[in-house]
Amino acid sequence: MVLVYAESHEGKFKKAALEAVAYGNETAKVLGTECAAVVIGDANEAGTLGQYGASAVHHISSDNLAHFDSQTYAAALSGAATALGAKVVILAHNSAGKSLAGRIAVKLSAGCVTAANAVPTNDGAFKVKKNVFAGKAVADYQIDSDVKVLTLSGNSIKPEVVGADITVSPLSVDVPASKIKVISTNKQQGDTAPLPEAELVVSAGRGMKDPGNWGIIEDLANAIGATTACSRPVADIGWRPHHEHVGQTGVAIKPNLYIAAGISGAIQHLAGVNSSKCIVVINKDPEAPFFKAADYGVCADLFDVVPKLTEAIKKAKAKTIY
Amino acid sequence: MKILVCISKTPETTAKIAFKDGNTAYDESGVQFIMNPYDEWYALVRAVELKEANGGTVTVINVGPATNDVVIRKALAIGADDAIRVDAEPTSAMFVAQQIAAQASGFDLVMTGKETIDYNGSEVGAMVAELLEVPYVSYATAIDMSGNTATVTREIEGGNEVSEVTTPLVISAAKGMAEQRIPNMRGIMMAKRKPLNVVAAAGGDNLVKVAAFALPADKAGVKMIDPDNMDELVRLLQEEAKVL
Repeated sequence: MVLVYAESHEGKFKKAALEAVAYGNETAKVLGTECAAVVIGDANEAGTLGQYGASAVHHISSDNLAHFDSQTYAAALSGAATALGAKVVILAHNSAGKSLAGRIAVKLSAGCVTAANAVPTNDGAFKVKKNVFAGKAVADYQIDSDVKVLTLSGNSIKPEVVGADITVSPLSVDVPASKIKVISTNKQQGDTAPLPEAELVVSAGRGMKDPGNWGIIEDLANAIGATTACSRPVADIGWRPHHEHVGQTGVAIKPNLYIAAGISGAIQHLAGVNSSKCIVVINKDPEAPFFKAADYGVCADLFDVVPKLTEAIKKAKAKTIY
Repeated sequence: MKILVCISKTPETTAKIAFKDGNTAYDESGVQFIMNPYDEWYALVRAVELKEANGGTVTVINVGPATNDVVIRKALAIGADDAIRVDAEPTSAMFVAQQIAAQASGFDLVMTGKETIDYNGSEVGAMVAELLEVPYVSYATAIDMSGNTATVTREIEGGNEVSEVTTPLVISAAKGMAEQRIPNMRGIMMAKRKPLNVVAAAGGDNLVKVAAFALPADKAGVKMIDPDNMDELVRLLQEEAKVL
């Protein structure tokens, strides 16, 4: 059986959780088995996971799981995997999944591959692909252990409705008390997707000349509902927050659309974004290396082009609405 | 307080990526190696800062062959007091974590970078924590110590979380934790005399291996758009690329 941890936030399942369930279902098909989901905390909407391919949903409830702690959550999830006889445990490759995968792998003596980006194959050996060298290469990993742990890279699979709501069954596992005391949780304002999950990203770099000029980038991002990002130099000099830095030493992303304005495209930057499905580069330097990695290029002053692009998008959107 | 910083050796960020032995192994020929930036810039520098502020010691640990000593000496030049090198090939995250855990007894705080820039696994910190049965805070952007209590800020989706944990614990360090330090001449000279203890591997498990590497497919080529015709770009994004 394939067991997926479907992470919920205040009872809601975000895209990463639905992707994990859809991926679990595809993995289960490859192995000729079924996919079950496990939910921690508020389970009011957990039955909807059946729509995305879960054939069973298990709910773990414990006061010791009131806040996220990789130690207690790993105990709960590996306990569930053992109780249910799971052979593959799947997590999202996000902050929770990344801190859990290694722990669960140790608990279950499992081989672990993080940031998998394709459905595994099982022709004689269990293999799964992931990007390595920050996206400059792909590695096909073979896992030889009986139990396997995978985390799924965001935007690797499209969750689709393939079934119906199912009943949620309680699951009792031993969970130790947490040794971590959460003092505060600070969420930034705004309802755009966090960078690793974002399908549309608008990014800018040193070509912006001044942090006060970012308004045109935000306008473009708002027009299409994109998340904003930046290159390393502008994060380093404090023009933009660190969490916006995409590239080899920042966040690696793979959105459907990546629009880069005023970024020359150093190899370290390309490494973090070259898995994007479509790249648009706006740069006034025709020699900018980024053009070689782009699908569409506009060679012009970004201060001229970006507002024009925003207007063109607004015009096109108005057409589709009316 | 005793701090153990786990450091990896990785190809430098502009290194050419090529493979050998029928695409089963990374071709290291002509490649410059560096200390993994997350380990160096964030975990190691913050560990040295904590030592400077609160006293204690900083030990670095690396799993790898003798050719890694140059990277270890750099860590000593940045300010670590001594080093442990487990003399074995770092064949998988689990194997490396088992080696580190075997050397980690007596340390109050174990720090890693959030991931390495070659295999991008983000696994070793969590594995070490589980092997030691201690708390783990990943993607930490700040840590301060007061006695044996750590106040740690970690990145979460769309924000951050601040928590308190008592030692022993493991953290993985992300950008924001510290600023890169360039070793000075005095540090480099002192590093030559600092202890670098080579120990044998403690046994371990390799449950995964790379069956084959591949390079991503090349882009078909860029389509240049007239800057005065952004309507055309929007049309292409909607109808050709189908991303809007």
